[in-house]
Amino acid sequence: MLGDIGVVFGRYLRATLRSKTNLFFGMLQPLLFLALFGPLLTRLDLGTAGSSWQTFVPGVLVQLALLGGSFVGLGILMDRNLGVVDRMRATPVGPVALLLGRTLRDVVQLVAQSVLLVLLALAFGFRAPVAGVLAGLAFVAVLSMALAALSYGLAMNVRTSPEFAAVTNTAVMPLMLASGLLLPMSLAPGWLDGMSRAVPFRYTVDAVREVFLGHYANGTVAAGAAVTAGLAALCLVAAARLFRRAVSL
Amino acid sequence: MNDDVIKVRGLTRTFRLRSGPVHAVRGIDLSVPEGEILGLLGPNGAGKTTTLRMLATLLPPTGGRAEIAGHDLRRDPAGVRRRIGYVAQSGGLDPSCPVREELVTQGRLHRLPRGEARARAAELAAALDLTGLLDRPTAALSGGQRRRVEIALGLVNRPAVLFLDEPTTGLDPGARAEMWDLVRRARADFGTTVVLTTHYLDEADALADRIVVVDAGAVVEEGTPADLKARHGGGSLQDAFLAITGRSVPDTAPVAV
Ligand SMILES: Nc1ncnc2c1ncn2[C@@H]1O[C@H](COP(=O)(O)OP(=O)(O)O)[C@@H](O)[C@H]1O
Ligand SMILES: [Mg+2]
Repeated sequence: MLGDIGVVFGRYLRATLRSKTNLFFGMLQPLLFLALFGPLLTRLDLGTAGSSWQTFVPGVLVQLALLGGSFVGLGILMDRNLGVVDRMRATPVGPVALLLGRTLRDVVQLVAQSVLLVLLALAFGFRAPVAGVLAGLAFVAVLSMALAALSYGLAMNVRTSPEFAAVTNTAVMPLMLASGLLLPMSLAPGWLDGMSRAVPFRYTVDAVREVFLGHYANGTVAAGAAVTAGLAALCLVAAARLFRRAVSL
Repeated sequence: MNDDVIKVRGLTRTFRLRSGPVHAVRGIDLSVPEGEILGLLGPNGAGKTTTLRMLATLLPPTGGRAEIAGHDLRRDPAGVRRRIGYVAQSGGLDPSCPVREELVTQGRLHRLPRGEARARAAELAAALDLTGLLDRPTAALSGGQRRRVEIALGLVNRPAVLFLDEPTTGLDPGARAEMWDLVRRARADFGTTVVLTTHYLDEADALADRIVVVDAGAVVEEGTPADLKARHGGGSLQDAFLAITGRSVPDTAPVAV
């Protein structure tokens, strides 16, 4: 099983490395937010500790995981239409290995992109302790894994790419806005702040903000870790079921 | 017969759609002895692809049983997968993936160690005249070359049974003849049993040891090409087909599907 996952992971990682344009376009949106939106915040009072970058960069990273992770299903839909998925399924490699191998590739890709974003943010004036950045990247990795796996499971259960894109867009946009990614929910009116407490990504991004400030042992970080890990477990189980259902025999 | 490498009994598949059930396969029986090239001949929509996908473990049957290379389709699908090669009508190539990478990865998916997967890729490339193309992305190949890569992928695990879904649809006459030659060689070199679907009569005639005519999800006739011709007026296979299905199929016209 581990060997199978490794083979699938290797194949898709090499595919990613072959298409450098994809690698870049996947980063384009968070990059634009960083470069064209982030500077607007530097003179505002966000009501948070540290510089505005310390609040904003975690949001951009979680946004990358959210957008980058949720839409990976489009890739497997393309493979499915080409017959690549069937070709791989007609081998002894099981569905869960096919799912996890691909997911692992996405995690590696999104973490690599996150590292690039952090380096760029440094040029804008973002500062954070190395340990905090590593902890933040761990959050990004777990969240990416959860969303990418779920995205594949969903994609295998819809008929067409437009259908998949519609469902995913409808789910992702409100979740992104209601989780306080771009601006902290401390600025929000009570009802929005209350609503955002039902969105798991809120806890992830708040925890990343804390670790970027060098605070590791507090309730916010613990809640973020618990919610993110719980979400990942749930998503992986759901994804494996969805994937198996679509290809089972 | 007990040494049949494929035994199929009463295989059915019904698709449930909102518009109502589609009985794609209504009960197919097949017995294929080792080393045979069997042609599943039938018009579009006859249920050929659905049958092949079920036998390749890609689609759960609604009913019936099948045993392939000694493994029960329902109880041991993984065992079946180890012993078969399957080449879909759509081919299953990633356009941006180089030929070598596809071949080696396919070997690794069949759990060959890395070195062995590389050796197998080189060996198949030599046998299928792909050696000069190994570093090209599959998008940069001609239709015939692409088909050869797909067949090579299907042979990576030296399968007991190779399923080919319309292997020559869309190919020019030269590439078709090449493909026929290749299928015969796979049988001669590896003893592979081949089940292929086609709606070309000349292909079934030239390539298949035995033809099973499928229409509307059921077997309507079977025999050697000579049998069928003799049984249905001693004329051409075209006449036989017309007599069996009451319908004509394109003979050599390259119909795109
Ligand atoms: N996924 C599916 N859902 C619903 N109907 C299907 C599906 N796949 C095939 N069919 C139907 O089953 C019948 C047989 O199709 P198929 O096996 O592709 O025929 P062939 O390969 O002989 O042309 C057709 O009527 C087709 O429309
Ligand atoms: Mg077909």
